[in-house]
Amino acid sequence: MASSGAPARPGGSWVQERILLGMTMREYLVSLWTPFNVVCAAILAVGVPLIVYRFAAGLGATTNLSQTQPWGLWIGFDMMTGIALAAGGFTIGAAVEIFNLEEFHAIERPAILTGFLGYLMAVIGLIADLGKPWNMVGIFSNNGTQSVLFEVAWCVACYTTVLFLEFAVPLFEWLGWERFYRPLKKLLLALTVLSVMFSTMHQSALGSLFIIAPHKLHPLWYSGQIFIFFFISAVIAGISMVIVESTISHQIFSDQLEGHHVDIEKVTFGLAKAGAVVMFAYFFLKLQGVIDNHALGLIGVGFYGKWWLLEMLGFVLLPSLMYAWGARYRHITVVRVAAILGVVGIVLNRLNVSLVAYNYNQPVRYWPSWMEIAVSLMLVVVGVLAFRWIVLRMPVLSPMKEQAGSHGGTP
Amino acid sequence: MKLGRRHFLQIAGATGTAALVALPGRTPAADGIPVAGEDESSVLVDTTKCIGCRGCEAACAEANKLPDPPSDAEAFATRRNTGPDCFTVVLRAEKPDGSPRFVKRQCMHCVEPACASACPVRALDKLETGPVSYDGSKCMGCRYCMVACPFSVPKYQYASALPVVRKCTFCSSRQAQGKPPACTSVCPSGALTYGTRGRLIAEARGRVYGNPDKYTPHIYGEHEAGGTNWLYITDITFEKLGFEVAVNDNSYPRLVRGALGVPPVVMTLWPPLLMGLWAFSHRDGKGNGKGNGNGKGGDHG
Repeated sequence: MASSGAPARPGGSWVQERILLGMTMREYLVSLWTPFNVVCAAILAVGVPLIVYRFAAGLGATTNLSQTQPWGLWIGFDMMTGIALAAGGFTIGAAVEIFNLEEFHAIERPAILTGFLGYLMAVIGLIADLGKPWNMVGIFSNNGTQSVLFEVAWCVACYTTVLFLEFAVPLFEWLGWERFYRPLKKLLLALTVLSVMFSTMHQSALGSLFIIAPHKLHPLWYSGQIFIFFFISAVIAGISMVIVESTISHQIFSDQLEGHHVDIEKVTFGLAKAGAVVMFAYFFLKLQGVIDNHALGLIGVGFYGKWWLLEMLGFVLLPSLMYAWGARYRHITVVRVAAILGVVGIVLNRLNVSLVAYNYNQPVRYWPSWMEIAVSLMLVVVGVLAFRWIVLRMPVLSPMKEQAGSHGGTP
Repeated sequence: MKLGRRHFLQIAGATGTAALVALPGRTPAADGIPVAGEDESSVLVDTTKCIGCRGCEAACAEANKLPDPPSDAEAFATRRNTGPDCFTVVLRAEKPDGSPRFVKRQCMHCVEPACASACPVRALDKLETGPVSYDGSKCMGCRYCMVACPFSVPKYQYASALPVVRKCTFCSSRQAQGKPPACTSVCPSGALTYGTRGRLIAEARGRVYGNPDKYTPHIYGEHEAGGTNWLYITDITFEKLGFEVAVNDNSYPRLVRGALGVPPVVMTLWPPLLMGLWAFSHRDGKGNGKGNGNGKGGDHG
């Protein structure tokens, strides 16, 4: 590491090797000309100016928010859904660092990177949504301790910092800053404990936000115990998202994994087993929540009754059984389809709670404007591009190539 | 400044036993929220006396420098709502015999306001004297107050690039000078009575009990949302008047008390619990060798 990293700064060699992937600038720019990149560039070309426009013209000009619908897609999708889908960082971190489940070690760094980028995009989406985001600093000085949002804000701020520090391990390794990354790596256990602590609090608190609005949220989704559902479903989201993400990563970045064998199927089956159990428990907990809320009679009744059944049967019970079956009979495709259903189910649940079943009794319903959708899409694209950029350069999916040999023997 | 005496971070540092005390139902008034707000300034609205002159709307617009209210024809043509530039509206309902019954709506100024409890930066706050106040310079525009308010009162300036939340101020600056709110000072029919909450509840009870044939036996705001500083009595149903009849009778900030009891417990118990699990799962020392076998060689130095 020390020999190849830090001292080799002069000339274009470091940049060429570490940034341009060994190509010359010209070759690199040519290599960027792919259909996928063109589509991404188009989305960015629309989305980035829209953020500027939103701050120049205000929320009214860019969104379909109203006096009855104060929260729209940027909260419902970017924040609520983004944070849930980024739960893989703490789920896998805990499995590896605390529970010592070594088989998940190979997916720890990608899961943490997904988590970090997910939180970063959620925070950018939140900044776009806030009327005066610079006043966010008041969170740290005004003691709004009776607010669930106070808890969410503190935890998200702290946890994003923790995720950055966890991600800084491969980042510093890539930069060759050995002096920083070695001590940080020793802190990984402490960081993981903090990540589990903060995640427990804010993943659940995102649900608690709605406890104060009992008559605005449909009784099938409202529950005084919604924080328990949000936390458990965040674990489901983390597990499912890690399966989806590692499946895609190991196909797209297969050349990254050359000479570095990870039995990704074994890892996936392990995750599927955990997913099956957690989802199965979640299904019955949700049912218990409905009974507790005296809303059992509403299941299957009208649009919301049927919509709830679709969410719970199609995207919780079905993927749970598919996970169990797939893990039992070693059927990788079934597990991967279940993971996609699981991810869709979490997206559906967060959108249901914050948008679809919220204001269910209002005559005028909210539908996001094209600009809201474009900005949300842009943030997803930025996340995906950042993930790709980092994975192609930093030791996330596999160790730094030139050091793989020199490190095996050190511990 | 009655809200949130319980300091998040202080509790974070407390022992597990102290943390458990924060669980729901143990200490109903421990954080300094008053039970009823007997001495807070309040208004009793007797809708049977309201003649629908809308003088209160005009006085409100003048006192708060808002645009002039619309004409009667326009105002009663549709069911209006308050807005960023309109803090109070007089609405028209109908009695069973078809004659009009008017009602003035504005912020209810809850004794335990959901909006102020939801505000993470305390831009919304409850004053000792009764009004729910708002400081736009603190507001970050999260609009959680709008989600939290059971009466959907706070309105947002979506059209502005520097937006703030807008709602009835209960003329707190006038009240601080010893003057009544602008609306109550102009009411010609005696529909609006300004006083302390305790006295006005007694007055409302007297009117309702004294005329059981006339009044609907309910004082709206006595218990709704844990009690509000604006109280209403009428001779038709409150549903017909367009009131939020589904509103809980208990305080809204208390709904989240259970959920807010979670962080102290988590912050106290998780670190030792997780470290214990770590020690348990690493008891045979096998953690030292991890990383070599599964290809993460660069990870352990």
